[in-house]
Amino acid sequence: MNNFPILSFLTFLPVLGMLIVLFLPKKEVQAIRITTLIVTGLQIVFSIILVMGYNYSAGGINDANSFQFKEFFNWISISDFAGIGKIKIDYFLGVDGLSTPLVLLTAIVTFIATLSSWNIDKSVKGYFLMFLLLDTGMMGTFVALDFFLFYIFWELMLLPMYFLIGIWGGPRREYAAIKFFLYTLFGSIFILLVMIGLYFSSMETLADGTRVFTFNLLELMNTANYTETGILSPLNPNNLRLVAYIALFVGFAIKIPMFPFHTWLPDAHVEAPTAISVILAGVLLKMGTYGILRIAYPIFPEITYQLAWWIALFGMINIIYGALAAMAQKDFKKLIAYSSVSHMGFVMLGMSALNTMGISGAILQMFNHGTITAMLFLIVGVIYDRAHTRDLEAFGGLGKQMPIYTGFVTIAFFAAIGLPGLSGFISEALVFLGGFGSGTTRILAVVSTLGILLGAAYMLWTMQRVYLGSLNEKWKDLTDLTGREYAMLVPLTIIVIYLGVNPSPMLNLMNASVNAMVKFIADAQVFYSSINTL
Amino acid sequence: MNKLIVPNLLNSLNSVLPEIALSLTLVAIVVFDLIFNKNKIILPYISIAGLVITFILLVSQFGISTTAFSVSETLSFLSLDGFSLFFKVLILITTTFIVLFSISSSEVHSCSDRHGEYYALIFGMVIGMFFMVSANDLILIYLSLELLSLSSYVLAGFVKTSIRNSEAQLKYLIYGSASSGIMLFGMSVLYGITGSTNLSEINTLINSPDGNQLTFLISIIMIFAGIGFKISIVPFHFWTPDVYEGAPISITAFLSVASKAAGFAVLIRFLKVTFATSINGSGYWQLIQFIDWQTLLILFSIITMTYGNFAALWQDNIKRMLAYSSIAHAGYLMLGVAVLSNQGILAVLVYFFIYMFMNLGAFYVVMLIANKINSEEIDDYKGIGYSLPLLGTALGIFLVSLTGLPPTAGFIGKLYLFIALVDANMITVAIIALLNTVVSLYYYIRVLRAMFLVKTDIKTELKLSVLNYVVLFLLIAPVLILGVYFGPLVNFAKASVQILGF
Repeated sequence: MNNFPILSFLTFLPVLGMLIVLFLPKKEVQAIRITTLIVTGLQIVFSIILVMGYNYSAGGINDANSFQFKEFFNWISISDFAGIGKIKIDYFLGVDGLSTPLVLLTAIVTFIATLSSWNIDKSVKGYFLMFLLLDTGMMGTFVALDFFLFYIFWELMLLPMYFLIGIWGGPRREYAAIKFFLYTLFGSIFILLVMIGLYFSSMETLADGTRVFTFNLLELMNTANYTETGILSPLNPNNLRLVAYIALFVGFAIKIPMFPFHTWLPDAHVEAPTAISVILAGVLLKMGTYGILRIAYPIFPEITYQLAWWIALFGMINIIYGALAAMAQKDFKKLIAYSSVSHMGFVMLGMSALNTMGISGAILQMFNHGTITAMLFLIVGVIYDRAHTRDLEAFGGLGKQMPIYTGFVTIAFFAAIGLPGLSGFISEALVFLGGFGSGTTRILAVVSTLGILLGAAYMLWTMQRVYLGSLNEKWKDLTDLTGREYAMLVPLTIIVIYLGVNPSPMLNLMNASVNAMVKFIADAQVFYSSINTL
Repeated sequence: MNKLIVPNLLNSLNSVLPEIALSLTLVAIVVFDLIFNKNKIILPYISIAGLVITFILLVSQFGISTTAFSVSETLSFLSLDGFSLFFKVLILITTTFIVLFSISSSEVHSCSDRHGEYYALIFGMVIGMFFMVSANDLILIYLSLELLSLSSYVLAGFVKTSIRNSEAQLKYLIYGSASSGIMLFGMSVLYGITGSTNLSEINTLINSPDGNQLTFLISIIMIFAGIGFKISIVPFHFWTPDVYEGAPISITAFLSVASKAAGFAVLIRFLKVTFATSINGSGYWQLIQFIDWQTLLILFSIITMTYGNFAALWQDNIKRMLAYSSIAHAGYLMLGVAVLSNQGILAVLVYFFIYMFMNLGAFYVVMLIANKINSEEIDDYKGIGYSLPLLGTALGIFLVSLTGLPPTAGFIGKLYLFIALVDANMITVAIIALLNTVVSLYYYIRVLRAMFLVKTDIKTELKLSVLNYVVLFLLIAPVLILGVYFGPLVNFAKASVQILGF
């Protein structure tokens, strides 16, 4: 098992699925769906194998030796010639406590989204081809440890997403799709620039002693590798590290999405088909915060320290603004979309605390938000499939008509509010514990607790408007959940309840890495302050 | 010295074997056209045979770095170096594709009685370009440029029956003649100042400039205007959209790749051989600083790419849109030149090689679709993704690559360009270029939107020949493969940045 390239397998399994789907005739709709289901099912199996074989004591983050399931070979290596053209790119995959929960999350959410895609009946083949390509992009982003590779996977997701929203979306799908595409591409160009800047600022020492520029993330984190003149090297007195950090942060923040770059999200969510909303909220939003934790934090630790307050501030704005905006929505899906903005704010708040509690809370919140929001979007999908409207005012009393469905809704809503006993509570509690524990972010964390209150307000109000009260006669023919809908909601509910009661498996998974990161950032201070005093 | 001339000429003939092969092919085409005037089907195959022979002769020159047609110990008319070889290979590949395009072009078939002149003129262009990319002398630059231009004027208006075709031809002719006139005038002024037409000799002569700086400047600007016309740099681009729209698609594709490549080769060689004084260890050129070259070039390239991208946003005809996009790409390529370093030239070479495949590919699909639906309006592309899935997907890949998104090859071209820019500390310029990329996404994606996001019930049946499939495959494969494995290309380009004379 040790030599089996499990991460490559996880990443490129969907490509294999694409090949199969490609050769299936267009009319074999069921075969195409089942192929995709098998592929995503296998991904779950392999990510569980991954977790079972995971060494809980290995930290990862900046230490290549403690990354697990590593795969490494020189992908492109062009030697130096008269000062030009030197380039070295590694195919470097590996997981640590930061990425393993997200790999697991991706596998679960993609599988559920496949089930949710069952009722897509327009160009099914094209849909699943794009879906599988998106899957590869997502998995790849979470396991890549080379910046160049990361960037390729990151960009790989744009095009399928554009088509998935643009072809299979709602009435304003073209507008939503292009808006999503332009926003994200705008963000990626900053990431690209910082990537090239970093490339010229660090040199990796090869086995034979020669030094080469590198895209390897772990080498970029190594303070011994800085060049004297690189524009992003702290050794260069005129370095642009602060600017680069902000650019990189904005690039990732668009994906989170962080206020004021969030405006693409409500449009994309409202227009996207349910399954794609599930993936978008469940996985894609996490890429933003994952990118910050994986790349921005360890490569620019001193700037992270410097700007922690600002990250917390934007986290706070996200929490409160998202909640207030959610409260004002009339469209059910838009409400959930804004609640995502609010919940991703908790992730940012937790990250900014820079202590073990906060960062653990942030990663756990990423996982929990992924499962809870997936549930919420599925819930909207269920009702939209039946009623063909998402207007919150149009419903009422669905609890009587669809009691089992309303049971799931209650669990999901309470999990989103952060009710103790459900998973959302643990992560939000950790985020706040972390936030209070750090002097920089304490006041902002206190203000952010308001978000919990607002969250309860809009969720309960929605509950009341849609599910309680007297039944609108128009909906007396609505039926309760189908078997497929059970298959989607039950696993998520189990996860939400289980992690609410016993979060330790997930926390243990990330513990060593979070500690390693906190220690790395704290230690790095010594190095950077020694440079500044020179 | 006179005694040397005869052996020198004989030796030099060896160096121009590829060009001789091209000329013989041209003659063969004309002869066969006369003999088999009933059956013209053989002509493209003769062309391809000629191109293959040329390619073999060219490969035998690989790694050779020499001069030909020397006039003295140090001065010569032709420089056969890695740089010219790279462009010759690029031009040959392009020409081969263009001949393959022409076989299935209904526009070309509509004038079946004039196939002979069509292929002969293409070879006229190729010979012109071959001399252009290795010319080391103002007179040869001018002559080869004219050979290229005159042939392309005729080809641009080849389909005489269509009105816009004749309009394109006339516009091209007038703009073209005016700009070569200006260029020739600039060259004569430069000759007047320095007393030499040889680029290397001019370099040594102007190294200690004591003449009239203003006159000198004017002559340089005039020469640049002529080259700028060929590579359609703003403000010398006015002909581009009209000619690209009006000319047969195969010729448009040819102009947008090969003739632009030849123009860039001349620009780079002229700039480097004439003005460079030294090259430092990191590959940066020191140019004679009587004007701020870098600022000037950056200015031109930024204006060009921004204008090209924004003008493309409003185009409804896909050929016109691709014309503006090719102006924008000329702007990106110009940035590579503006770095004024070997790294920048490497970026230009890599970019151009990739640009060749993706741009030819885009035009090829447009041609195949136009063969069928008889339209080049983006509005008429609605639903193509469903009625012609293969062509729709292919065009999609080419357009995504033109935007520069990974994992397509277009990204690698852009990556090398930005690496060169960041290495030269030109961050602001890099940001402007990147923002331009975002703008360009909008008009490329517009075609994708029409093809895939709008579903129509129109059933279009298009039977593709085996040749079509092969050509499509040969164009798509590099666009996808070079996006993830570009080592060999970069190594080839790296071996080709060396320019003789400096």
